[in-house]
Amino acid sequence: MPATDAAVRPPSSAPAAHRPPRRRHRRLRLVLRYALLSIGAVVVLFPLYMAVVNSLLAPSQIAHQPPPFFPLHPQWGSYRKAWTEGDLAVYLRNSAIQTTVIVAGQLVTSVLAAYAFAFLEFPLKRTLFVVFLMTLMIPFEVTIATNLSTVSSLGWFNTFPGLTVPFLATGFGTFLLRQAFLQIPRDLREAAQLDGYGHLRFLWSVAVPLARPALAALGVFSFLSAWNQYLWPLLVTGNDNSVRTVQIGLKQLINTQLDQINVSLAGTVIAVVPLLVLLVVFQKQLVRSLTSGAVK
Amino acid sequence: MARVNFEGVSKAFDGALAVDDLHLDVHDGELLVLLGPSGCGKTTVLRMVAGLEDPTAGTVSIGDVIVNDVEPKDRDVAMVFQSYALYPHMTLRRNIEFPLRQQKVPAAERARRVDEAAGTLGLGDLLDRKPGQLSGGQRQRVALARAIVRDPQVFLMDEPLSNLDATLRIQTRADIVSLQRRLGTTTIYVTHDQVEAMTMGHRIAVMRDGRLQQVAAPQDLYERPANTFVASFLGSPGMNLVPASVDGAVVTVDGTRVELPAGPAVAAGPVTVGVRPEAASLAPEGIAATVVLVEQLGAEAHVICALVDGTRVVVRQENRAARPDLGDAVAIRVDPAQLLLFDADTGARLELGR
Repeated sequence: MPATDAAVRPPSSAPAAHRPPRRRHRRLRLVLRYALLSIGAVVVLFPLYMAVVNSLLAPSQIAHQPPPFFPLHPQWGSYRKAWTEGDLAVYLRNSAIQTTVIVAGQLVTSVLAAYAFAFLEFPLKRTLFVVFLMTLMIPFEVTIATNLSTVSSLGWFNTFPGLTVPFLATGFGTFLLRQAFLQIPRDLREAAQLDGYGHLRFLWSVAVPLARPALAALGVFSFLSAWNQYLWPLLVTGNDNSVRTVQIGLKQLINTQLDQINVSLAGTVIAVVPLLVLLVVFQKQLVRSLTSGAVK
Repeated sequence: MARVNFEGVSKAFDGALAVDDLHLDVHDGELLVLLGPSGCGKTTVLRMVAGLEDPTAGTVSIGDVIVNDVEPKDRDVAMVFQSYALYPHMTLRRNIEFPLRQQKVPAAERARRVDEAAGTLGLGDLLDRKPGQLSGGQRQRVALARAIVRDPQVFLMDEPLSNLDATLRIQTRADIVSLQRRLGTTTIYVTHDQVEAMTMGHRIAVMRDGRLQQVAAPQDLYERPANTFVASFLGSPGMNLVPASVDGAVVTVDGTRVELPAGPAVAAGPVTVGVRPEAASLAPEGIAATVVLVEQLGAEAHVICALVDGTRVVVRQENRAARPDLGDAVAIRVDPAQLLLFDADTGARLELGR
């Protein structure tokens, strides 16, 4: 509580009704804010909760009306079944490879491109940057046809390059990191330049460490979008299970377990776990990056 | 150590001249202060020595080498930035040894040199901290340590004291001077603070609008300014400049005649008279004026007067003198021996045949 608040507060013996209106408004605002946040949290978390609950119910209980909100007799067998019958180990491994390659690729290309836009002078810099930004406005679906024909002409169907290469560069990441690099005082670059540090060494030993929150945020965003990809993996992996990702695997699982919703949901929960772990680990960095500049 | 030489150096930004035909020789081991108001081009001059800007014309040399086409890293100069430019994510040790790492200095020698530089600046106990945990004065010293650890040919300092509070500034000013005298490294020091310039420099180069006005030792600059700009920029407050007319050795200010020891070699006509505040005094007889403001400074006072035509004249009074009141009609006497004359049009100082 700020000190100014204590200063304007009347003696504590004063009855509540005599409190200055400003203070009462502040409290009301606080209550409203928490109420709204709580509603939001429930709206977001409830489906997830129900997925966990239903994955632990026997199929007969799921159809029950009203559905139970708590699994009194959790049936863990659904998880084992999802894991073995859904081949989730293979799919999770494929997704892990695909996601790792995409995240690493996006971080590397974005760092390099963002550094160029932030620290170097070259002809057509502004124009090129606008072109980069324009790619943000093109929905992925628009480029699918061309990407497909490129991938097919390269013979990359059912391969990891086919899954990952189209996503190795990102206008969004370049933009995000450029903004982070622009926060770094120019004096630091010039001081390093006088001390004999070239661009790459400066990038590695100064710019990247200082842009860590933005890098973490970009890493999380690209992890999320890569992990959750559905349409593109479906198109390029055809029938080859050896490169299919977990999202496609889930769809297959659901198709084969029509009467076993608990098994499908167990598979879904398994597929979500890596994302949740990631979010928990990077939550602080993510918030710091998204609000940086807001608080100075 | 080395001399630094500017030969007809100009720098234009988008067609606007920031530095105009600079000829300047910085002696070996000298601390030269580049002094001028903001935007006068002094920082640009410094950055051209560092190699952070390329001259549009002319040559810059360090030692006997023309460095126009030499990369900043190969110029062997160290710069102290106004913002200090410390790397916030590194400890002080890493910050100070940063230049040495690039030079591939072996670890043991690196540690020795960092300890030595840190010891010189009283940072020995802080080497494991990060810049964010330091006060402004400590950060400033880290920036200095990072410069001296390299043992460069030339130090470049860009207003290194401007982010410090007044007390610390005076202290650090003295520290930098004694450090520079001890190391004997050629130093170019940029500031807009004339007190800093007067107290620190072996010589001062005054710049205005990209042009060099005068280069001289501090006392020479104070006593014999080349023009009205230098006269009014140096000193606190600066020199009083009053329109007057001259005829031989007699100057007439506001109807009052002042006889000089010797006159200038110019025809009779209008001139600008320059009087330091300490060369003027309140007297029973003299130039008529009205007191506008009295500034008490403890050891002395500044009495600001307005002449009949509205020109302001500052008179410096010793502590013992009786202070006039606001609105008092007073008379100002000037010491003819300390009076300077400037050309009324160009502002250049007129030599008196003394």
